[in-house]
This record gives sequence, C-alpha cells and structure tokens, in this order.
Amino acid sequence: MSLKRLLLPAAIAAAVMSPFTPVAISQASAAATTVEASAASVSQHYADIAEAVFADSLIAAKQLQQAINTLLDTPTDANLAAARDAWIAARVPYQQSEVYRFGNAIVDDWEGKVNAWPLDEGLIDYVDGDFYGSESDINAWYSANIIANPVLNIGGKQVDAGTIDKTLLAETLHEIDGVEANVATGYHAIEFLLWGQDLNGTNPGAGNRPASDFDTDNCSNGNCDRRRDYLKAATELLIDDLTEMANNWKQGGAARQQLAAKGELGALATITTGMGSLAYGELAGERTKLGLMLHDPEEEHDCFSDNTHWSHFHDALGIRNAYLGEYSRIDGSQLKGPSLSALTQAANPALDQKMRDHLNATQAAAQAMVDAAAEGQTFDVLIAAGNTEGNARVQAFVDALTAQTQVLEEVMATLGIADVQLEGSDSLDNPAAVLGG
Amino acid sequence: MKPAFWPVLLLALCSHQVAAAVAADAAFSAAERKAFMQPAADLPFEQRMTFVLGRAIFEKIWVSSPSSTTASDGLGPLYNARSCLQCHINNGRGLPPDEQGSANRNGILIQLGIPGNGHTGRQGVTPDPVYGRQLQTFAVTGLPAEARLKLTYSYESVPLNGGETVELRKPVYQPDNPGYGDFHPQLQLSPRLAPAMIGLGLLELIPEADILAREDPDDLNADGISGRANRVYHPDFKELQLGRFGWKAGQADLRLQNTSALNTDIGIGNPDYPAAGGDCTAAQPACLNAPHGNTPAQGNLEASAEMMAVLLFYTQHLEVPPRRNTDHPDVQAGEQLFHEIGCSQCHTPVHTTGHAADRPALSNRTIKPYTDLLLHDMGEGLADHRPEFAASGREWRTPPLWGLGHHIAVSGERALLHDGRARTLNEAILWHGGEAETARERFRQLTPQQRKYLISFLESL
Repeated sequence: MSLKRLLLPAAIAAAVMSPFTPVAISQASAAATTVEASAASVSQHYADIAEAVFADSLIAAKQLQQAINTLLDTPTDANLAAARDAWIAARVPYQQSEVYRFGNAIVDDWEGKVNAWPLDEGLIDYVDGDFYGSESDINAWYSANIIANPVLNIGGKQVDAGTIDKTLLAETLHEIDGVEANVATGYHAIEFLLWGQDLNGTNPGAGNRPASDFDTDNCSNGNCDRRRDYLKAATELLIDDLTEMANNWKQGGAARQQLAAKGELGALATITTGMGSLAYGELAGERTKLGLMLHDPEEEHDCFSDNTHWSHFHDALGIRNAYLGEYSRIDGSQLKGPSLSALTQAANPALDQKMRDHLNATQAAAQAMVDAAAEGQTFDVLIAAGNTEGNARVQAFVDALTAQTQVLEEVMATLGIADVQLEGSDSLDNPAAVLGG
Repeated sequence: MKPAFWPVLLLALCSHQVAAAVAADAAFSAAERKAFMQPAADLPFEQRMTFVLGRAIFEKIWVSSPSSTTASDGLGPLYNARSCLQCHINNGRGLPPDEQGSANRNGILIQLGIPGNGHTGRQGVTPDPVYGRQLQTFAVTGLPAEARLKLTYSYESVPLNGGETVELRKPVYQPDNPGYGDFHPQLQLSPRLAPAMIGLGLLELIPEADILAREDPDDLNADGISGRANRVYHPDFKELQLGRFGWKAGQADLRLQNTSALNTDIGIGNPDYPAAGGDCTAAQPACLNAPHGNTPAQGNLEASAEMMAVLLFYTQHLEVPPRRNTDHPDVQAGEQLFHEIGCSQCHTPVHTTGHAADRPALSNRTIKPYTDLLLHDMGEGLADHRPEFAASGREWRTPPLWGLGHHIAVSGERALLHDGRARTLNEAILWHGGEAETARERFRQLTPQQRKYLISFLESL
C-alpha cells in the first residue's frame, strides 16, 4: 500500500473528526536508526524543534545582551569585538528558525519586528556623507537621525524622540507611515549599531564603527549617550520579542495550537510549504538571485557585518532540519525524531534519498560561499559585476535551491499534500503555482 | 487614533455609516486573501524566477538615502508610500483613510493640477508650480510632508424601485498644514485609489485596433455613449499613443505606469523617470538637494532597468481568478440583465489578446475583463475637473470588472470607483452619470429581485 493511499483518507478523516488519529508508518530501511513516524508524530517533533530553536535564539540573544552591556560599561575595541562575535553567534539559531516563518502565521506576523530588512539606517544614526558625494550643503542631512535629534521630522511629522526607549522604537516609530515591517528595530538595527555602515560596496570589508561611539567620556561622532540608549533599547526589544516567540512554541503555546488546528495533513503541508517558500521565493530569489542580478549588496542580508554567507547557510540548514527532523542545539546536544524523511522513505525510498541528496547539495553550495568568505570573498564581493567566478558560486546556490524545491514538490505529491490549502500565512507561496513547473 | 502621525480625518458626524472594518483574517481563507497574488496559469517554469524577483521589487520597502542597501534606498524625499504593496493591499485595491487612521488604509493619493494647457503637452497635466503633480503626504526624516489630508463626506439618498433607498457618500478631500507655502488658489485635486493588479498584462495585449474600433467620439450611433481613446505622450515614440492604464488612461503601457508610480508615489528615480527627487519641484530646493540613492550599479539611478524589467514582468503576470458560481440561475439571470440595461456597452465583456513572444502565458487568450478601455463622460457627480491629456475633468476610463467578487477578501472591504467612495456594488452603480445615466436609471427601475440577480452576477466575477 502506498503511503499516499494510506495517508490521504486517514488524514482527511483526522482533520474532520479528530486530530489524533494515528497514521503509523514504520520506517523499515537500511538506515542505522529506525524511527517510528506518523503524520502526528512528525508534526509534534517539528514543533519540538521550533521550541528548541527559538529557545536557543533567546539564549543567544541574552548572551548578546550581556556582551553589549559589557561594551557599554567599558567601551573598548575588545569589548566591541566580543559584542560583534555574540551578534554573529545569535544569528546561528535564529536563521535556522526562519523555516518556521513560512507557514506559521504567528511567526510570520511577528517576524517584521525582529528581522526587518532593509533597515532605515539613516533614520537611526549618522551615515557617511562622502558615500554619495561631498556637497557641503547637504551635510545637514547626515545628522537628521534619531540619535542626533531629540525632536525631528519623521515621515513628514514632528516626533518627540527626547527619550530613546522601547516605547519610542516599538510603538512611536513603528506607526509613523503605516509600514508593517519596522525599519528601525531588530537584529539589523543592533547590527548597524555594532558595525556601522558598510561603505565598501562590493569591495572587501565590513562596517567599521569605533568603540568610542559608545564612550561618553571620549565620544566619537557625537551623541554617545543617545546611541547607547538606542542600542540598549533595541536589544531589550529583541529579547522581549524572542521571549514571546519562545513561549509560543512551548507545550500548550499559541503556535502549537495553531499548528494542531490545521489537522495532520495541514501540519505536514505547513512544514513542506514553509520549506519551499523559504528555499525558492525568499532565499534563492529575493535574498540571493536579486542581489546577483543587480550586482549590488542590496539583498545582502547581514550587510553591516558581512555575515550573509552564514545567514544563508543557516537558512538552508533550517530547511534541511525540517525535512530530516534534526537540530543541533547551541549547547551541542542533538534533537532527532520522527521526520518527513521517514514518511517519504516509507513510501518511496529512492525519492527520500533524492531529497536528501539535494538538501546536501544545497548545503555544499552554501558551504562554498562560506569558504569563499573565509578567503575574503564575502557575499557582497561574490556578487560584484565582473567577478565571474564569484557570480557562478552564488548562482550554484540559487540553482541548488531551485532543484531542491522541485524535488520537494515530488515529496509533497507522494505524501498527498500537494493540494492542501493552507491557512494563516500570507508569506506562503501557493505550492502548485510557485514551487515547481 | 494616532493623531500625530496620520492624516487628520474629519469625518461627517454620521460615523455609523462608515463601513465597519472587516476582520479579514477571520472571515477569509489565505487562498481567498491571496487571490490576486498568483502567477499566470501557464507561466513557464523558467520564467517563475523572474516573477519571484519582480514580486520582491513590488513588495520591497524602500528606505531613505544614504543607506548600505544601495539598491533599496532612495525613498522620497517626498512620498505617498514606502512600497507598492502598501497601497495595493494583497495586490488588490487600496482603501481610503478611516476615522481611526488605520495603518493599512493608505490607498488614496491626490493628483494635483492648476488651470492651464499642460494637459495638451508631454506631461499631460498642468502641475502646481510648488507642489508638483501629486500631493505627497509623507517625507523622509528632516523634511516636512507636503500636507495632511482632511477627508469629509457629504451624504445623499437615492430611492430605488421597490421602496429601497441607498445612501451615497461623496468624499471631499482638503489638504491641510501645507508644508511648502500656500497652495495655488485654483488648485485641482484628483483623488485616485490604488487599483487591483490582476490581469494588467492581458489588458496590455488587447490589440489597439480592437479598442479603437469601439470609439464613437461623436456618438454617430446615437446611443448616448461616445467612448474616446485617450492619447498620451510616449517617450519611446516621442509622440502620442493610445492610453490604457490609470483612471483616465493617462499611461500608454504598463512599464510607464509602473515607473511613473514608482517615481511619483515612492520617489524612486528609474530609467523612464530618472529624477531621484521624484515629484520635488524647483520651488522645493531642500527636497531636490536631499541625498539620493543613485548608484553606478543601478545605472546611476535609484532603480535600474533590470529591476524595472522584473517588476514589469511581475505586474504583467498576475492571474485573474476564475469566475465563480457561473451555473447559478441568479448569476445567469444577472448576466442577462447586465447586457439588457446597457452595462456591457462600455464594460465590454470579451477580448482576445494578441501575441507577445516574451509572454507566452498571456498571448492569444480569450479574456473577460468587462472594459472597453475607453474614456466616458461620467457626469458631474464623479468629475474631478482635472484634465489629463485628452481626458476631460468629467471623463474616466471604463475600469475592468474582473475580480469584483474578491475585493472584500483581498482588501478587507469594498471601496469602489476612482476614489473608493462606493461601499457596495449598488452604490457604485448609482454613481454612474453622464453617458451611463440611462443605464443607471434602468438599474434603478429594476425590481428588487432583478437587482439581486445583477449583483449576484457582479459578485461572480
């Protein structure tokens, strides 16, 4: 009996009658471990990994906050470097959580607060006037930012920014022109404050803010007190937001309830459609191919820190995690449990192997970008016009993600979930329409 | 209410008549909300990435210059929105502002003009010497916005056959708090609602001859309906071309419609409209001198030709949802009435697209947009008194009706006509005047049952 035949009627019945109807499939394979997988257990384990990955994101963000507090206590170059390292470390679990954004409305609706991109950096702090030419009469523009001005016109309206705190960043600024994504908070606001502008274009080098920007006794670039307030408030906000999401994925949390409400088929479709939407439209398309096409660091996701290669690597890894039911926590411990892979293998071992091969090929292509970065060819350098070899390396990542997504579509068809209509997330691509040909 | 940051709204006292906000998330499925976001049905796989990249541009949130994200900066300095999607809700129609200043209701912008001959020239309008061709209600950090918008409504009731009455509301927009000095004493205001994005590439491929064949500028057939094509300046040909897009058909093709909106509404310079300052005028030097987002990688513009090409592809390839309930007898009776009372004289049901080698998914398709793409005098009630190329202040292009049944799911509520004044299909029909007056009167005289059929038909689109 094929999995599709087994899964479909049972799961539809489950969706109508009870979310707990088991659809047990025993993985009888050559693999070393045998994992009992059912639609219910796969979805349960998917939520367990979410709990771990958001808990890790929160832990890493708290470590970042500690490093930032140390920097603010003693603004030395060493402490700034340590804070930057902590930021990069904090991105490791967070990027692996992104696969949950697509498919889970509760994550998608929240994401704009923590990971909004692009950042309106000129709204936050000073930017380099020489970057765009040096006409002296426009110098005033480069100080029209919140850190430099207790009162200023934002979005054409006068705003009291006398106190820089969470309320100002999360509420006042957020509501100015009705944009859903907040362009002044989240990881990238903190990144900008730690690194400063990356003025190197598609040449090597990241942003290079001095530690003295946070030193009230020896203040560089002015308004160090307000810059400290901004960094502190943005970090506190990030902790608040991550705490909320970590709680959502705990047992009985709102995110788990949302997932359960979709029924077994809906939950499986949430996983696969999330994987496909992130892999194809978002990661291959918006974040990689677009930057490559424009030969511009535009969609370089972690642009101030030049960390885009790792950001992409961990996005892709999150997709792989979702298929394999695996996650390596930041303390080194491993989560492994019922997976889509097991369900697929039970139905069509060759297809499961093919999917694994493609996921591994994608990681290899991502690793090639990481290796290039280690040699000074960061993502912004790779996508530069004329860097034929670098362009090809980035294109290989796009191609791997595209091919992977087409195989994922086969997996969805095999599992009987290709036509499941998903509720709740507006970031989802219609799988039939966008995932494959 | 967020009084400090949102256009001040002075609504008429009868606030109960303001349509209750529809809780879209609860009422409609994701598929229904995203009905206007799907790619053309036969889009070849190798063109899907172009679609995805174009979507990224359509949804991109622009930031002010200078920024490290050089291909995403250049916002404003004066602007109406930070992204295309911000006005075109889920790719559907925008919504006019409400009393609460809700953030998702940024769907109206005000085009400006003053008396003069500018509409006969390349610009198509006579812009205000200070405020330009459009009123931008936002500005980048450090600059004042051009104005806030005051919106008031006046109400009237229209009786229908059978005893029912329908309340119509007429919006009056008034710019307040001018940021750059007094407005011109004879300033013309033309409020424009962001239209739905579906099927635009199909409309673009309707053969010009088929559109012109329906023209009857002197009403030679004496049916009371003239129908004129707008003729608008096209920079590629350096001469006038058939106008197809915009509420008065003021743009010849979708590329120019996109690039002019990007420039005027968001303030992004591009190959067609290279001004980095968007709609800044010479009388707004601080705006003109503000940092711009031009970069060599973008062809020394804020948005490159490549970026515009994928945006164009995306906006061409948004599928029109299939009709629903077509075999329902009410719907079929309504379709019959649609023809009988004269709606289809301008809302031409069927067209056939031509061929474009680079757009196989759009070529040679029989489509049902319900428009003739021609200008019609719609009467004093709808007039904006601001001419645009050949279109007079009373003329509007027949808007397509496809997708009409999806607006509440997609946008959250129904806001029809060029300025979103009509809250229901009934209201929209009753605003028809001028050349459409006869058809409107026939509608008013229908029995309640017949009107129900007609509405069922429109809901099926």
